[in-house]
Amino acid sequence: MTDRRSFLRMAIMGTAGIVVAGCDRISQSRWGTRVLGSAEGLNRRVQALLAPSSAMAKEYSEADISSVFHPNGTTMPTTPTYQALLANRFRDYKLQVDGLVSRPTKLSIDDLKKLDTRTQITRHDCVEGWSAIGKWQGTLLSALLDHVGVDPQARFVVFHCFDEMDAGMPYYESVDIAEARHPQTLLAFALNDKPLPVANGAPLRLRVGRQLGYKQAKYLSRIELVKSFDAIGDGKGGYWEDQGYEWYAGI
Amino acid sequence: MNMENVAVADISVPTPEPAPSRQLVYRHTLPIRIMHWVNVIALSLMFFSGLQIFNAHPNLYWGNRSDKGREILSLSAHRDSAGNLVGTTSIGHHQITTTGVLGVSKDSDGTPTVRGFPSWLTVPGPAWLAMGRRWHFFFAWVFVLNGLCYVGYSLVKRHLQRDLWPTGADWRGVGRSIFDHIRFKHPHGAEALRYNILQRLAYLTVIFIFGVGIVLMGLAMSPRMDAVLSPLVEAVGGRQSARTIHFIIAWAFVAFVLIHVFEVLISGVFNQLRGMITGYYRVDTSARTTGRSDKGLVVAKPVDAEEIDPAGPDTSVVDEATPHETTAAEERPHD
Repeated sequence: MTDRRSFLRMAIMGTAGIVVAGCDRISQSRWGTRVLGSAEGLNRRVQALLAPSSAMAKEYSEADISSVFHPNGTTMPTTPTYQALLANRFRDYKLQVDGLVSRPTKLSIDDLKKLDTRTQITRHDCVEGWSAIGKWQGTLLSALLDHVGVDPQARFVVFHCFDEMDAGMPYYESVDIAEARHPQTLLAFALNDKPLPVANGAPLRLRVGRQLGYKQAKYLSRIELVKSFDAIGDGKGGYWEDQGYEWYAGI
Repeated sequence: MNMENVAVADISVPTPEPAPSRQLVYRHTLPIRIMHWVNVIALSLMFFSGLQIFNAHPNLYWGNRSDKGREILSLSAHRDSAGNLVGTTSIGHHQITTTGVLGVSKDSDGTPTVRGFPSWLTVPGPAWLAMGRRWHFFFAWVFVLNGLCYVGYSLVKRHLQRDLWPTGADWRGVGRSIFDHIRFKHPHGAEALRYNILQRLAYLTVIFIFGVGIVLMGLAMSPRMDAVLSPLVEAVGGRQSARTIHFIIAWAFVAFVLIHVFEVLISGVFNQLRGMITGYYRVDTSARTTGRSDKGLVVAKPVDAEEIDPAGPDTSVVDEATPHETTAAEERPHD
């Protein structure tokens, strides 16, 4: 009986091994990645249909806030520019806004606070699977877009960051204009009623209410409006997107 | 089974021997067979890629937040005093060392590696969340569309109403059916064509509770969908609860598949597989049933087993699905 059992076990393990090896080959092939990735477009279109662009992310109460908002990814950018700004407690910080806009500009945190702001207690869902709830205060990205005047040709808002993932490869992200104009899309300068901590993206980070954590770019240095992000990074619209993650991070 | 549409092909070729009354019955229609095997592929790949995704954060929680120290399940790793990696599975406050399988397992070159589930259970094998997600979401669409086709087809063809929805007689026979199942006793005559009460309940549960539930819990994890699904998310306790339920249902599917495959193995694996591949299922119409024949069941020749003479004329019936035994033809697990 043990013979038969070990044969059965070997047969099962062998079959599983072949399946896994086959799947790994498909994962490494260009066509496999493309075919499997076709679900992204379907997810984006169907989710836009089921949860319209005006739909709001759930907002929680003070009691729901995580005692520790887990910082992920970079927690201390090491670039000299960032270190110099940090040394001066971001008093010299200015967010650069350019690209397809009528009035390219540079704004301090105080300038941003003069535009329309919003406070929201929302849930942050990491692509890894965990969630945390935080109270964010920030400038509506739509208010900033109105302030600088968006060229009708612009389709995406690209967020350039201070932190480098690999040497010379700064973090970046992008969202489309509709997501950028959503009332819960903020340039957040405060977390839980305190200035944004360095680990969570000081002095300014993006909050997109209805997408995964990797969209919530930290350490913003520059916002650029573009027609296409093909020429930025590897052309997929974000640092993690260039590593194979979906640009549409709604699921 | 839609008895009106059953095509019966007599395969008992003329022989000098008294012809055994075995018949191949067209049991599973082509769409059902295709959808069954598409489902096998989709569910398997979703399970393996799901474990890959789970490995990115191999902890489960209840509620909306993932608070450290509040894990209800956790696959973790630490180094012992000798510097070796030790894998630990924690369920609540209970901890089990699971080095080699959970928490720590060997990667493809045999190096012990920190990972929730081992590489032979994940798609892709190496830790690769981005690709795991692609597999998962691609086959999630296959699973959902296939499932919708199945339910639509089954409603239109009345497969659901006739074959899956339990009748009053089914309910009355539930005790008997449980007793038969725990003795691994299976019907062989025409009665085998009909799903018994436990089968019906199992299939309905798997389709409408597991299937619908796992898709809803998957959608409840989507931040975009939560803009409209938050009542559902809150009803189950929160997004992390939804993730936990999604994980539990995935393993409930595994449990179902193991039982399903076990039942196929002990009830005539060749005949069952032929049934789901070619559509034809062999029945022994010589009226040898498992010892019961509920009135009202669609049985070709309802004869109570007690009335059958063990040495009766039908003992010449040979079927690969039916071991040659007297009285109730009862199959046992081969091991």
